[in-house]
Amino acid sequence: MAAGVATWMPFARAAAVGWLPLAQKTMPKPPVDKKSRSDEILFVNVSGLRFQTWKNTLDRYPDTLLGSSEKEFFYNEETQEYFFDRDPEMFRHILNFFRTGKLHYPRHECIQAFEEELAFYGIIPEIIGDCCMEEYRDRKKENQERLAEDTEAENAGDAPLPPDATLRERLWRAFENPHTSTMALVFYYVTGFFIAVSVIANVVETVPCRPIKGSIKDLPCGEKFSVAFSCLDTACVLIFSFEYLMRLYAAPSRCDFARSVMSVIDVVAILPFYIGLVMPENEEVSGAFVTLRVFRVFRIFKFSRHSQGLRILGCTLQACASELGFLLFSLTMAVIIFATVMFYAEKGTKGTTFSSIPASFWYTIVTMTTLGYGDMVPDSIAGKIFGSICSLSGVLVIALPVPVIVSNFARIYHQNQRADKMRAQQKVRQARIRMAKKGATNAFLQHKEDGGLQDGDGDSTPLCVKNRSAFEHQHHHLLHCLEKTTNHEFTDEVTYSEVCVTDSVGFRTSRSTSLSSQQGATTTCCSRRAKRRAFRLANSTVSVSRGSVQELDTLHVTKTPAGTQYPQSRSSLNARTENLKLNCDDYTAAIISIPTPPANTPDESLPNSPAIPGILRNSRSSTFNTQETVKISSL
Amino acid sequence: MGLVMGTFSMQSNKQDRTYRKDKIDDDFELSIVCHRPEGLDKLEAQTNFSKQELQVLYRGFKNECPSGVVNEDTFKQIYAQFFPHGDASTYAHYLFNAFDSAHSGSIKFEGFIMALSTLLRGSVREKLTWTFNLYDINRDGYINKEEMTDIVSAIYDMMGKYTYPALKTDTPKQHVDAFFQKMDKNRDGVVTLDEFILSCQEDENIMRSLQLFKNVI
Repeated sequence: MAAGVATWMPFARAAAVGWLPLAQKTMPKPPVDKKSRSDEILFVNVSGLRFQTWKNTLDRYPDTLLGSSEKEFFYNEETQEYFFDRDPEMFRHILNFFRTGKLHYPRHECIQAFEEELAFYGIIPEIIGDCCMEEYRDRKKENQERLAEDTEAENAGDAPLPPDATLRERLWRAFENPHTSTMALVFYYVTGFFIAVSVIANVVETVPCRPIKGSIKDLPCGEKFSVAFSCLDTACVLIFSFEYLMRLYAAPSRCDFARSVMSVIDVVAILPFYIGLVMPENEEVSGAFVTLRVFRVFRIFKFSRHSQGLRILGCTLQACASELGFLLFSLTMAVIIFATVMFYAEKGTKGTTFSSIPASFWYTIVTMTTLGYGDMVPDSIAGKIFGSICSLSGVLVIALPVPVIVSNFARIYHQNQRADKMRAQQKVRQARIRMAKKGATNAFLQHKEDGGLQDGDGDSTPLCVKNRSAFEHQHHHLLHCLEKTTNHEFTDEVTYSEVCVTDSVGFRTSRSTSLSSQQGATTTCCSRRAKRRAFRLANSTVSVSRGSVQELDTLHVTKTPAGTQYPQSRSSLNARTENLKLNCDDYTAAIISIPTPPANTPDESLPNSPAIPGILRNSRSSTFNTQETVKISSL
Repeated sequence: MGLVMGTFSMQSNKQDRTYRKDKIDDDFELSIVCHRPEGLDKLEAQTNFSKQELQVLYRGFKNECPSGVVNEDTFKQIYAQFFPHGDASTYAHYLFNAFDSAHSGSIKFEGFIMALSTLLRGSVREKLTWTFNLYDINRDGYINKEEMTDIVSAIYDMMGKYTYPALKTDTPKQHVDAFFQKMDKNRDGVVTLDEFILSCQEDENIMRSLQLFKNVI
């Protein structure tokens, strides 16, 4: 039940007086509350810090540790107080939740400690108030990411391989984590060295060397020592190819590896050489071949395997791609506008350098970025005016708002993300809260199952019914009164849809109270589920029949995955026993008698049906199951 | 270009700020409204509750509604939490009007306590009068079939969709007809207060049930 509802319970029950004249049946007896009514002050000692509060305050949330009878476990008889060996600072927030109905997240506390405290006291974190929810979510996400990183780093590396690892696995390991073995380290450094050598060779071969004797022109070193350089190049390419092939062989998933960025870089680095090998010594193609050699510079990117920083830079650029894209787009717009203006302004000038709009692009960019090479200069007055406007706006466009735009867009982008995230999270939150609430609605149905509505005296009521809180008793009594007023009962969705099905099939039933198994029309419904419910009303004489049940649909199991999920609701734990699939052939009886209005019955004459609808459920097994799985503190 | 972008973003900021300011002003105004009840002794004299009970009730009330009044939306929300199966808002609306006898739009603690006193500790006649006022939506002294149908439909709404046996569209009407059969003595189509009280006193079930809620507090 949500905030503070327990306070309004007396009012809701009093308002039930309004139903009395309408009721067609007698109202059930109210639950007797044996405990004293007067409110008392409880003492709670948390690691030495003493708190005092009204008992009513704690009773407001019967689903929590402090609100349920679970706190009796912590009661200290000598000092007449409840002692908890937990963090007193955190307890302050927990108690404030009881007092005000809103749970706040203290910003200076560690998020995991806070969550552990919440789990201990049985409070689901979804009810953190909106004021603190965002902060809580952010911190939690941050924490989870950090933990994920840590575990990844741990797992990634240094755990020793199982002794029966194949050569492939060992090789892959050596490639990915060079620190694991000396061979891997050696290989790592050797490849690094050769990458460096290759890059330096590419650079140096274009430097002009002293000319060979007899000629005046300076030669680039590449041509002077062409043999040496080509040997070096070949050696590097051989090593890179060997490395690439080894990685390809060792990769656990070759397709994924082939598609990864690093492998693309590797391929691009060595391809020019091989293309050069297969290409004929032709004048036209050698031009293209020369451009291909440019790609050799990509070998420098191979360093990113050796450098963490490069990888991070790459990731950052990837992450900011959309912002950068928009920045570029707005700059392009500005450039196009000014280029057009300058072109038309300078059109009249003789011998102008602004030969076309694309040619003016160069001028605009150079001016806006305040480079001002001076290779293109406007002559006309209009050109100069617009030129100056261009350079001024360049300062404004590029220098000033770049940080503002970047941060603005980061903020707006994150806001949008947050709005969508909030909406998605809100749904999840509501779903979890609804699930907890559903527990409460099912509690009433379960209560009926357990025979809690029997008018018998206290001794015969099942144990699980007795141990419910007073609040629950009162709430169930209220719902029972409503049922009596309207002469209809609460059921759950499944039963309802089923009854609709059987109604529409023209199911005429009321059988007598025999235990014989029935074929024919009954089996359509009964074969799927034979359900039985204990009779609650005094004037019923149908005996409970044995039989197996296919599915106890009002029982739900609360799956608690190890440690991460909080018990949804202490007071309403219904167990769905999925393994209770018994053989349909075994069932001996399915007695369903629905009093059908005369209009529906076909020509068959019906024996007098008992006035009470009786769908029997296997109350015995259900109570047994509930006793097993319900976490009742005082058994 | 950047100018344009910059000015746009500045504009939206300003608008946000003014909107937020208005909202804060509104909230500030609302929270000023506060109500304190009369003294404990006076309330004890006027109702059938003891001082202890009044204390407990007020503490709960004040905690839920720090401003000291309950408005209709809060009331509906609270009542709806007791009936998660169905839709309790219509019935809560009628209930609110029954509690808010002065039709001020909000229930103060005194009104709340008076009604509770009548319902839980009042005489049979007082309880039945309160119930009559609940059913008599337009307060004209007569309950006619439309009013009764509204009330009964609202009650059936609280049951929700999944009931056994399934709710049919004319179930409320049948219920109302049965009610009028019992209550309307002179068959004039309306039920007056006297007819109502007389008929209820003749019905044993109702008399017995009225005593059920004595020990709610």
